[in-house]
Amino acid sequence: MSTHSASSVKQSSTGVARHNYIRLLSQNYPVRFLVPAGFILLVFFFIPTILNFVLAFTNWSAYNPNISFNGFDNFISLFKNGMLLRDLRTTLIFAVCVAFFQNVFGLFLAVFLEEDTFANRLARVLFFIPVLMSALAVGYVWQAILQPNGALNQLLGGLLGHTVKTAWLGSTTWTIVLVSAIQGWKWAGLAMIIYLAGLKTIDSEVLEAAAIDGANGFQMFWKIKFPLLAPAVTFNVATSLLGSMNGFDTIQAMTNGGPGGSTEIFNLYVWRTFGQGTYAQSTTMSLILFLVVMIMAVPVITYLRKREEKIL
Amino acid sequence: MTMATFQAEPQKSDQPVYKSKWSTGRKIRHIVFLVLLVFISLGLPFYLLFITASKNQAEALQLSLRLPTEWHLIDNFKTVLTEGKMITAFFGSVAVTVPAVALALIFGSMASWILARRATKPMAIIYALCISGLILPPAVVSVMMLLKTIGLAGTAIGMICVYMGIYLSTVIFFVTGFIRTIPISLEESARIDGASPARIFFTIVLPLLGPTLGAATILLILYIWNDVFYALFILSGKFDTLPLNLYNVASAGLHLNNWHLIFAYIILMSLPLLIVFAVAQKKIISGITGGAVK
Repeated sequence: MSTHSASSVKQSSTGVARHNYIRLLSQNYPVRFLVPAGFILLVFFFIPTILNFVLAFTNWSAYNPNISFNGFDNFISLFKNGMLLRDLRTTLIFAVCVAFFQNVFGLFLAVFLEEDTFANRLARVLFFIPVLMSALAVGYVWQAILQPNGALNQLLGGLLGHTVKTAWLGSTTWTIVLVSAIQGWKWAGLAMIIYLAGLKTIDSEVLEAAAIDGANGFQMFWKIKFPLLAPAVTFNVATSLLGSMNGFDTIQAMTNGGPGGSTEIFNLYVWRTFGQGTYAQSTTMSLILFLVVMIMAVPVITYLRKREEKIL
Repeated sequence: MTMATFQAEPQKSDQPVYKSKWSTGRKIRHIVFLVLLVFISLGLPFYLLFITASKNQAEALQLSLRLPTEWHLIDNFKTVLTEGKMITAFFGSVAVTVPAVALALIFGSMASWILARRATKPMAIIYALCISGLILPPAVVSVMMLLKTIGLAGTAIGMICVYMGIYLSTVIFFVTGFIRTIPISLEESARIDGASPARIFFTIVLPLLGPTLGAATILLILYIWNDVFYALFILSGKFDTLPLNLYNVASAGLHLNNWHLIFAYIILMSLPLLIVFAVAQKKIISGITGGAVK
C-alpha cells in the first residue's frame, strides 16, 4: 500500500519497487487534482510573466498598432532618463522602511499587549482594524491628517501655542519615510498577531529559569524572547520587505508619487505610463520589478533562515 | 518562511504559564500608557474620519478636529449611496471576491493534497513553482494584454481568474504545509474500504483543513476585497469594485473639495469587513495566531 515511505523505497532500491511505488502514488493521488490550480496558475500567472519578458523588448504602445522588437531600447531609455535608478532607489527605501516600521510597531505591540488581560485583548482587536481597511482609504485619511492645514498641525499648533504649517507630505527627502511609516502603521496589527503567536510558543520554563537567574526585563526580551521569535521574524520581515516592493495603494492615495516624483515606486510608474499608453515602458518597469524582487528574495530568505537555524 | 503550521489548533498549555509579577503601580502605568497609545495612534485618525464624514462640505474642507456644528453623517451616507455608484460597486466587489476566494480555496486544496502526499522530485519542483507567487510580483500589464486577447478584459471573470492566479500560491503554501502534518492513516483506512481518491479528498481530507482554510480565507478576503492595483489594470472603468470606485471618486478632481463624502464613503466601504471581524473576531485571531509560528 501507499504507506511505503519514500525512504523505504530507496532501501529496497530495486527498480520494480520504485516503479510500483510511483504507480500507487499516481493511483491514490491522481495528477488530475492538480489540473484546475495548475491551469489557472499557468494561464494567469506564468504565461503573463513569460510574456513580460517578451513585451519588454518591443515598442508596444497605444499609438503604435504594429508591435516590433526593439532590443534593449526600453531599458536604455529608462536608464538614460533616470527613471530606472530613481524609482529603484525609492522602491528600496520604501520597502526597507516599511519592513522596519511594520516590525518595530508590531513587535512593540505584541510585547506590550502580551498578557491576556481584558484591556490588552481589546487593544489587540482595535489595532487590527487598520489591517482590515483598504490601504487606499487609509492613505486618504492620513493625507488629510498630514495636510498643511490638517489635523496634526492643528494639534501641534494647540500644544505649541502658535500656528504650525508644516507640509508633511511636501519633502522630497522625508515624505517617502513618512509614507512608509503609515504603511507600517496599517499592517502593524498583522505583524503583532504573528509575533504574539511566536511569544505564546516560548516555553514558560525557559522564562522562569531566566527570572530565577535574575534576568531583568531588558535582558529577558533581548537575550531570550527576541531570539526565540526567529521564525516569526523571518515571516514578518520577508513578507513586509518583499511585499512592499510590490506596493501601490498607500502611496498612490497619499502623494500620487510626489512631491516631484520623490515617492514614485515601481508600481506607480507602471500605472502612470500605462495610463499614458506607453505600454512598453510600463511592461519594462514591471519586468525590472520582477527581476529585482527575484534577486532580493534569495539572499533575504537564505539569511533569515540561516539566522533561524543558528538560534533554534 | 516557516509558517507551515500557520493555523494549527491553538495550543492549550496546561502547565502553569509564566507570569511576571506586576505591582499595582506597574499595572496602572500599563493601563495609562495603553490608553494614551490607543488614543494617539488610533483615536486621532478614526476620530477625524468620523467627524469629517459628519460635516457639511465647507466645514469638512477645514479638516479641523472640532466637532461638526450640525451632524450630517446620515445625509452624507445617503449622498454617497445615491449619487456615487457605491451600490453597484459593492455588488461588483462581492461578485469578484466571493468566487475568487472560494475557487482559490478549493482548487488550491486539491492541488495541495497531491503536492503534500507525493514526495517525489518532480512534485517538489512543481510545488516550488506553485508557491513562487508568494513573493514574485505578477506581470500586471501583460496579464491585461492577455485578457484583452481572450476577451476577458474588463469582466468579473477575468478579474476572478487573475486574483486566483495571484493568490493560489498563498493557499497552496498554507494548505500543503498543514496536510503534511496530518497523519496519513485516516486516508489509508478509507482506501482499504475502497473509497475513490475524490471521495477521500472531499469527505476526509477537506473537512480536516478547517483552521487552515479559515486563516487563508481571511487573508485572501483582506487582499482581494481591498485591492485596487490589479483592478485598475484589469477592470479599468468597465466594472466597478468598491476600492476602484473610491479611487475614481477621489481622483476625479472632486477630491480636495469633498472630504466629507470621501470619508463617508470610506466608513461605508469598511463596514462589511469590520462587521465580519466583529462577529468572528475570536476565530479570526486564533485562526491566524493558533500555533502560528513554529
